[in-house]
Amino acid sequence: MGWAHQDKTAIVGVGATDYYVRGKSWPRTINDMAGEAILKACDDAGISVSQIDGIAYYSTAGAGYLDKFDTASLMETLGIPYVGFSATLTSGGGGCPGAIGLATAGLMNEDCKYVITLMALQQLPQHRLGVVFGAAAPSAENSFLQPSGLVGPGHLMSVLARRHMHLYGTTDAAFQEIVQATRENAIDRPKAIRRKPLSDEEYRNSPMLADPLRRLDFCLETDGAVAVVTTTIDRARDCRHKPAIVHGVAHGGTRNWGRAFAWMGMQDPDFASSGHKFVADRIWEQTGLTAKDMDVALIYDHFSCMVMMQLEDYGFCEKGEGGDYVTSGKIRYDKEKKSGVNGGVPVNTHGGNLNEAYIIGMTHVVEGVEQVRGTTVNQVEDCEFALVTGGPASLPVSGLVLRRD
Amino acid sequence: MAYGPARALPGEQIKISTNPDTEPFWEAAKEHRLTACQCGNCGTFRMPPSPYCPNCQSTEKKWPDLPGTGTVFSFAICSKNPANGEDYVYVPVVVDLDGAPGARLVSNLGGIDADDVRIGMKVQVDWNPIKDGWVLPIFKPAA
Repeated sequence: MGWAHQDKTAIVGVGATDYYVRGKSWPRTINDMAGEAILKACDDAGISVSQIDGIAYYSTAGAGYLDKFDTASLMETLGIPYVGFSATLTSGGGGCPGAIGLATAGLMNEDCKYVITLMALQQLPQHRLGVVFGAAAPSAENSFLQPSGLVGPGHLMSVLARRHMHLYGTTDAAFQEIVQATRENAIDRPKAIRRKPLSDEEYRNSPMLADPLRRLDFCLETDGAVAVVTTTIDRARDCRHKPAIVHGVAHGGTRNWGRAFAWMGMQDPDFASSGHKFVADRIWEQTGLTAKDMDVALIYDHFSCMVMMQLEDYGFCEKGEGGDYVTSGKIRYDKEKKSGVNGGVPVNTHGGNLNEAYIIGMTHVVEGVEQVRGTTVNQVEDCEFALVTGGPASLPVSGLVLRRD
Repeated sequence: MAYGPARALPGEQIKISTNPDTEPFWEAAKEHRLTACQCGNCGTFRMPPSPYCPNCQSTEKKWPDLPGTGTVFSFAICSKNPANGEDYVYVPVVVDLDGAPGARLVSNLGGIDADDVRIGMKVQVDWNPIKDGWVLPIFKPAA
């Protein structure tokens, strides 16, 4: 079954600040960075910021995990005269590409004409993201989790990775390959934080933060901001660049995933998964496509193991075969041939959260847009379809298929 | 690499809070009784305790005494105390509770070398006094 709003909207502008190592963006303020990203995205689209009349957030309109965006404040500081749409997806980074679906909802309801989706992230020493769960005052609910000492999301996800290893014989060679393969892609990205090739030894010597996950399996912590502009397809074709058409997009998930690793009650096979299967099934139903039809996959990589589990949930390989799929080289990008390797689909040609920057998923959206425009650094030749996914975590999770115009 | 003995995190650094839905669980733990939230209408277990049964939407709750044994569903091995960054080997563990199908606890496993922990191993509850007079159920290998 198709989707009524297929190909009716498009991402037309992308904008980003420099990416800073955690804490290094100060004395810039988070609103300064958000403003830069928005203005650059409008410029990239060839529109004035005064034409923005909608904002579609995700992560409960969070700016990082401690600050909050406010539409009225953004209007006040940037000179946006009016908005007809201001809404957010709930939970966290899982909703990132789903926010483009939210923008589409606003556009298709004729509430607005040009919609911003954005994320800005700035950490001060007292706001360490990686221990956000452990530092939180214990609620009645997380009193059933926090005393275990699973202090951050990576610690929590290590328990899922362990179950995957137990059920399917997966080894940490898969996690290593995910980090190394995507590191290769970051090397020639001028703004990437980690640009040196990663040796086997360096990976193996990386300390186990939560066995089976090493520090290098954890993504970067970055400061910066990214914004994109979504509009209707007719307006999109008047913009500066080729539109990145919204061909399929969905968010949500099932109760058996639910709060996921903040709950730990998932039954197999969902426990050792990314929780994305529901959304993946919807996207393939919307588009009539499959994972194999993708030319590039921008897979949210807060933790290496979750790339593997998303590849399974989206059907790049069978459930349980993610380790073998990855270690056979199938997520690699061949820079000479500008294509995948060994029949696979290149993953995170921008280096991802692990190597380029972590702006809670927005860098994956930007790379998806630039791939279907044909303008990115590690360009896949003749790229028609790009898959973008949001971070496996408490629902909603989300995914997006962008199509070349 | 060998981790050596796993210890539960020190009770004096662990704080919890309760609400009327969860308090019976913690009151039982104070008396060294392991329980889980069971629907008083259809018998379905759920953890953490919550206002409604997800199976039948009843608000009736029962708090049966469980055998206190369980099975390791998954785990991690951590080697730094999160409170101060000092070397401290502990094993966060997800346990399927015997007598309460579908209910799990997330806690620590001690009394064993971390290197020897396996998914599927049988464990039994132990008790760790924590702040404010509460008691945290933790686990050790089953006798």
